[in-house]
Amino acid sequence: MNRQVAGWIVALAVLVALPFVHRDPYHLHLLVLILIWSFAYTSWSIMGRFGLVSLGHGGFMGIGAYVTALLWNHLGVSPWIGIPLSMVTAGVLALIVAYPCFRFRITGHYFVLVTLALSGIVLQVITATRDYTGGSLGYTPHRAQSGKGLYALQFDDKTTWYLIALAVWLVGLLIWRWIDRSMSRHAMEAISEDEDAAAAAGVNVTVEKLKITLISALMTALAGALYCQYQMFISPDTVSGIAVSLQMVFAVIVGGVYVALGPTVGAVITILLAEILRIGFGTRAVGWDNLVYGLLLVLFIIFLPKGILGSVIDWIKAPPKMSRGHEQETIKAARR
Amino acid sequence: MQSFLDIFDIYLLEAVINGILLGGVLALLALGLNLIFGVIDVTWICYAELVMIGMYGMYYLVQYYHLPYWAAAPLVILLVALLGAALHYLVIAPLLTAPPINQLLATGGVLFILQSFATVAFGIDFRNLGIRLPVLAIGDMNFSYARLLSFAAALIGMIGIYFFMTRTYTGTAIRAIAQDRQIMPLMGVDAKRIYLITSAIGGGLAGLAACLLVLQYDVHPFVGLSFGPITFLICVLGGLGNFIGGFIAAFVFAQIISLGGLFSDLEWGYVLAFAFFIVMMFIRPAGLLARRS
Repeated sequence: MNRQVAGWIVALAVLVALPFVHRDPYHLHLLVLILIWSFAYTSWSIMGRFGLVSLGHGGFMGIGAYVTALLWNHLGVSPWIGIPLSMVTAGVLALIVAYPCFRFRITGHYFVLVTLALSGIVLQVITATRDYTGGSLGYTPHRAQSGKGLYALQFDDKTTWYLIALAVWLVGLLIWRWIDRSMSRHAMEAISEDEDAAAAAGVNVTVEKLKITLISALMTALAGALYCQYQMFISPDTVSGIAVSLQMVFAVIVGGVYVALGPTVGAVITILLAEILRIGFGTRAVGWDNLVYGLLLVLFIIFLPKGILGSVIDWIKAPPKMSRGHEQETIKAARR
Repeated sequence: MQSFLDIFDIYLLEAVINGILLGGVLALLALGLNLIFGVIDVTWICYAELVMIGMYGMYYLVQYYHLPYWAAAPLVILLVALLGAALHYLVIAPLLTAPPINQLLATGGVLFILQSFATVAFGIDFRNLGIRLPVLAIGDMNFSYARLLSFAAALIGMIGIYFFMTRTYTGTAIRAIAQDRQIMPLMGVDAKRIYLITSAIGGGLAGLAACLLVLQYDVHPFVGLSFGPITFLICVLGGLGNFIGGFIAAFVFAQIISLGGLFSDLEWGYVLAFAFFIVMMFIRPAGLLARRS
């Protein structure tokens, strides 16, 4: 245990020190993107690992980005207030949609399709209110005057962004770990196995699911807002809609849903893959990255449903002692 | 006739009728998806992308190989039917015993593949057949022949499927499998073969829809996203696997989009339709026609 903690501290120290040693702006840019998307993917996996597959997270991310940017541009509200407000908006929307879903026991396919409608709505609303949001052409937050960068949460310096993204990513992992160790995790696992049995055992099914959904939606909105502040340009296609939702699902599944660092591994793989293809093929690469993603997604679901990191960890742990997750997988398999 | 038209707002009537015409094509799309869900218990998230491939097929056959429309259509239907069968054979069949969510996500991967395949192979330009059908004017109302033709062809396609399902041995076997997946193989029905045939029929319906939609809309790699989500929502609203429910839901949705678009932008029509869907999910979670338990 102590060795694990020491390992984490060393790894963290290396990550914090990195931008001061290695100053290549392109590499830092990639790292910031990887960290922000890792955080978004981690938020999705908080729900996804319990079988609550949501395609609505594109919507939450879009709300986080657009509410923050709109408040800043039209009302001059600092992102320091705008981001929490956007998170609250996403959270309220999540509760409005999720409460009846869980109350009336909409699960499986139906839950996926209801959340799909949600991200469809957010995308269409952003496109339809083009007088305010710029529609499908995208939207840019106003530049702050020099010296007010902190107030406007706009930094030209990549190192600052790297450290912010690193801190947020770390918080995401801590939340993941906190849920992993809480009673909620056991409750949610029971629910994902058998809702009736869980309810009979005294689990408040609706409340437990709502808690997880709310945490996940709040985090996703924060990721959207950070993405907007960092990139200083958002468009409905890059931060909202069904394509973004599917992108989250894809990255998490490739990395591994059941392990803390799985979504991060997924983000590293997908972003590096896209960049390598972009550099290797130039403009001809348009489409190729998604073609490879799609193929990988299908192959992973068929042959490696626990993801790269999940499978690697299992492979390391398997012979001496079965990990908890693995045991449960075996039980599930045996039941089938 | 004129006095009758005076009573109603002319634009309202036009929107209602256009909504009905749109409903026909949506119902056709929903039928294919419902068939696959009802029989194989799988949701093809990539269904609209099959339609997109079919639309490209029509475009190339008509524009490059100069086939007449009526000769290209059967070829495209066959092509998409084969694509549907291949999708089942390569992706769904290995996952039949996996959790349903995995099947859904795997077809999500196929969505990415087909979309980016179209981007790579055909480019991102908007293309159209170059066939412009005339517009029919009744009083002050205008209806395009393309829509009327689509509506008629969609109805004929659906009636054809109805007779196939009720009058042939294979059709009966398909309905039997949909009712009881476990028992029918014991009764001598080859489930694997039925699944493959059903997937081909579902693909064929997507192909037919492609032939009709290409008359009205330009084709580009992301065209699937403009009617794909609507199709899923229609199927869920009607009750997944419930053919009649899907049929009714298609017309309800088409009216909402058409009337919403009349009073404001088309996007608001879609927003209204999506919101209506979410509300309906809470009122009738198992579909429009489901009995309350």
